[in-house]
Amino acid sequence: MSGYLPATDVERDEMLAALGLSNLDALYGHIPDTVKRVERLSIPEGASELEVRRKMEAIAAKNTVFPTVFRGAGAYKHYIPAMVGAVTSREEFVTAYTPYQAEISQGILQSIFEYQTMICELTGMDVSNASVYDGASAAAEAASMCRERKRQTVLVSAAAHPDTIRVITTYTEAAGAKVVMIPHKDGITDLAALEPLLDEESACVYIQSPNFFGQIEDWEEAARLAHGQKAKLIAGCNPFALMLYRSPRECGADIAVGEGQPLGMPLSFGGPYLGFMACTDAMTRKLPGRIVGQTTDLDGKRCFVLTLQAREQHIRREKASSNVCSNQAHCALTASVYLATMGEQGMTEVARQCRTKAHYAAEKISALPGFELAHQGEFFHEFVTGCPIPAGELNARLADKGILGGLPLEGNRLLWCVTEMNTKEEIDALISLLREVAK
Amino acid sequence: MNNPANLSYTKSHEWLEELEDDVVRIGLTDFAQDSLGDLVFVNLPQVGDEVVVGEALGDVESVKAVSDIYSPVTGVVRAVNEDLLDAPEAINENPYEAWLVEVDNITDREETLSAEAYETHCQTEE
Amino acid sequence: MKLLFEQCPSQSPQVLPPCDIPQQEVIPLPAQLGRKNPPRLPQMSESEVARHYTALAQQVFGVGSGFYPLGSCTMKYNPKINEQVAALPGFTGIHPLQPEETMQGCLEVLALAEQYLCEITGMDAMSFQPAAGAHGEYTGLLLIRAYHLARGDHKRTNIIVPDSAHGTNPASAVMAGFQVINVASGPDGCVDLEKLQAVCDENTAGLMLTNPNTLGLFEKDMTAIAEIVHEAGGLVYYDGANLNPIMGVIRPGDMGFDVIHLNLHKTFSTPHGGGGPGSGPVGCKEFLAPFLPVPYPVSREGSLVLDGERPQSVGKVRSFYGNFLVVVKTLCYLLRLGAQGIPEAAKHAVLNANYLKQGVAKDYDVAIDMPCMHEFVLGLGDLKKETGVSAMDVAKAMLDHGMHPPTMYFPLIVPEALMFEPTETETKETLDEAIRVLAEIRKTASENPEVLHGAPHHTAVRRPDEVQAARHPVLRYRWED
Repeated sequence: MSGYLPATDVERDEMLAALGLSNLDALYGHIPDTVKRVERLSIPEGASELEVRRKMEAIAAKNTVFPTVFRGAGAYKHYIPAMVGAVTSREEFVTAYTPYQAEISQGILQSIFEYQTMICELTGMDVSNASVYDGASAAAEAASMCRERKRQTVLVSAAAHPDTIRVITTYTEAAGAKVVMIPHKDGITDLAALEPLLDEESACVYIQSPNFFGQIEDWEEAARLAHGQKAKLIAGCNPFALMLYRSPRECGADIAVGEGQPLGMPLSFGGPYLGFMACTDAMTRKLPGRIVGQTTDLDGKRCFVLTLQAREQHIRREKASSNVCSNQAHCALTASVYLATMGEQGMTEVARQCRTKAHYAAEKISALPGFELAHQGEFFHEFVTGCPIPAGELNARLADKGILGGLPLEGNRLLWCVTEMNTKEEIDALISLLREVAK
Repeated sequence: MNNPANLSYTKSHEWLEELEDDVVRIGLTDFAQDSLGDLVFVNLPQVGDEVVVGEALGDVESVKAVSDIYSPVTGVVRAVNEDLLDAPEAINENPYEAWLVEVDNITDREETLSAEAYETHCQTEE
Repeated sequence: MKLLFEQCPSQSPQVLPPCDIPQQEVIPLPAQLGRKNPPRLPQMSESEVARHYTALAQQVFGVGSGFYPLGSCTMKYNPKINEQVAALPGFTGIHPLQPEETMQGCLEVLALAEQYLCEITGMDAMSFQPAAGAHGEYTGLLLIRAYHLARGDHKRTNIIVPDSAHGTNPASAVMAGFQVINVASGPDGCVDLEKLQAVCDENTAGLMLTNPNTLGLFEKDMTAIAEIVHEAGGLVYYDGANLNPIMGVIRPGDMGFDVIHLNLHKTFSTPHGGGGPGSGPVGCKEFLAPFLPVPYPVSREGSLVLDGERPQSVGKVRSFYGNFLVVVKTLCYLLRLGAQGIPEAAKHAVLNANYLKQGVAKDYDVAIDMPCMHEFVLGLGDLKKETGVSAMDVAKAMLDHGMHPPTMYFPLIVPEALMFEPTETETKETLDEAIRVLAEIRKTASENPEVLHGAPHHTAVRRPDEVQAARHPVLRYRWED
């Protein structure tokens, strides 16, 4: 098997001869034998493209693709217009490196500049970076932006996504700072409990809205409380909820972060996803990661470059505020193409349909005995209900009908998600199935 | 090189101006700005921060590099030149006007050079 | 080129059917919660969107566009089958929180990739949660920290980093709560054993090392290096950025490394996507496995499950399980090349680098002229003194010849550095052409250096003003009204 090597045996021997070597192993002649491996790797022999395709298809077939999904919890199934795949699969976008050479990378640089603009518009903030790994690491990086010598406590809502809480905790504690949880009550962050937790050592408050339970939080009050102690508010966002509800900026947040997966990325077993981050002008220089800026070239033509690089690890090394080196450029491009295709009207329509369908489903489901709504506040496209039988048993029954049911939570409750992908017919069919159980 | 005679200088290319008793102004020399190239940002301490002799009081950024500014004195920052935050190019254009910070309550100082001695020092670095 | 926001508004496509919930069943959004200033997003027809992005794509240079010898980045060919397989609905349609029995295929991908990559690197366990190389470094350092703390050893606060290291190394160490001890390289570009010995003590948590190093040289004293660090009670961390020339030939685990990260987007052929997504799995020896991030896939009673109950784990560094589809592509690559193809690819990477080095050494100074591995570094310090032509000028001149320049000004220990990594997937013809072009540029440097100062001459834009961009940042589009 030649893999992807283009060299013929003749060419290889010519090159070796030019180097005065007799065989390929001589290239390693200066390396001590003690570290060289002599036995053959214990992995399968190489295979043809067709064989590999068959093998991978067989592995994929061991997964179950649910035709109907009523589960979100940080990974959302939305419709992806054909445009997205068509554009993002272009070889130039797929195979290029980070756009260090601006002269031959204007396409990527401009797409990131457009992405940054659209993230600023969505969140209402002033400045966006070129993206980070995912929503959870975006939240953790945002908390790092807020920490200062004398402010080493990060307050995190217990109603945020559990993975986000864990990633913030990993990052914060490794740096020698402290995480304090803000409890939740009735499905939302208990802001009355937040007030006494804040002091002059508080760096920031992280509140996700809609939160893990789908409920809309009061960012404005959280911002007021945080700012009262000169701490920052980090708002964790869902990109579609931003179309309908008050934006982080309107509520006084200092940083807005979120998971960008809903913007054109499939579920993909959790990744690749996209972390978006935007902040106020005042915090620009603390923003980690790549940032693209506008400038002019030798001929005075408008163009784009990676900028503010002296913040970054390749220049500041141990003094850099973050080690982030790459962004998720291809995912940022995906989000941009999605946003451009949908436009403001399309985005609003997706958001409205998500909310409308979720509220319709919630009304019907919670009318069934044992499936009462757990929380009474406004929610976007996720909500929590009880379950009259063990949740696992219910989901197994739904799975038989091709339905991925709500995510089981503590206390035998279920976290449901409804998006524009769920037709009324599907929702009504779900309700019929639940009704049988409720009896 | 035109280093004003009324200033004193450090080997790490900062200049000092004695404003009054135990108050100094600190800036970067012409030699420093020339070797750093076009500056794009200055990180300065805040008023009230303590600075320590021989330790970084801030840094300056060019497009592809960052360099520490070392404090020639130990004391307390009483003023920072906030104009530089919006116009770091002033350091390139007029290094002896574009002061960075003023420090008072000085308790320690490093030995500084005269303009003449500093010029000799620069020649050895070129 | 116009920005999305500068295009004339046209009719957006209708992507969704109208909402099928009857109007009387719609529960309105409480007005006080509603957004006051809606976001301004483009409004364009489908055809205009397509044209916009086609125009952008035409201004991007990818591996498919031409020679891309970007040092330290391993810009090898990205096989098409990888992309097709990663797009199978059986992978893209899987929710990360499905029941375990319905995600056996995904868990098998992770398990096989772990098994094969552990065999190639000489490690015992691997987690795919880190999303990129720097993220992997960070996770690996968290393992080192957790290991020392679990032994009750709280003094180990230092991570040693050679001055030739990637900037992410020291930055990751600080994020993981360590102090960085920089150690200068010897005159041969390798770790100086005496200097290393001098900084190793009871505070040493570990050493981070890239081998081959960033000069493209194999650390000749590798065994001694590992011994010195281990002797002091520290662990040895392998930055996998440069694994390509030794995969299947030499294993980090056999060289004394305890913990590693890999860059699947470099060594294992997954595309860079213009800066990501990558994948930076962290691998380790058995004694560090309890500290790996959760959840960790394990085999139980014939099926694969996600083990979230690992009390010594460092926790989570990313949501869910990492950049899964990148791992799918890696597995395709491993299956295609197999036991024989992996070392063969490594050897050809070394062959190509040495061939290119020999070709350009006629005209340029090689920083350390020793047999190289997958890459080599030119030092153009003397050229600049003689002709005024800088590494930047030479790099930009390559653009006019349809080639991507090498990595510029890295490693920091070589003045006017240009770092070339041709990879194994380039033909001799391409390498010969690169040698010819570089010879021509060298000639121009002597005869007409001004031409090079103004290069590139034939690209869509020419030397953007980076000073202006950084002094007065314009980081988003603003509408005039």
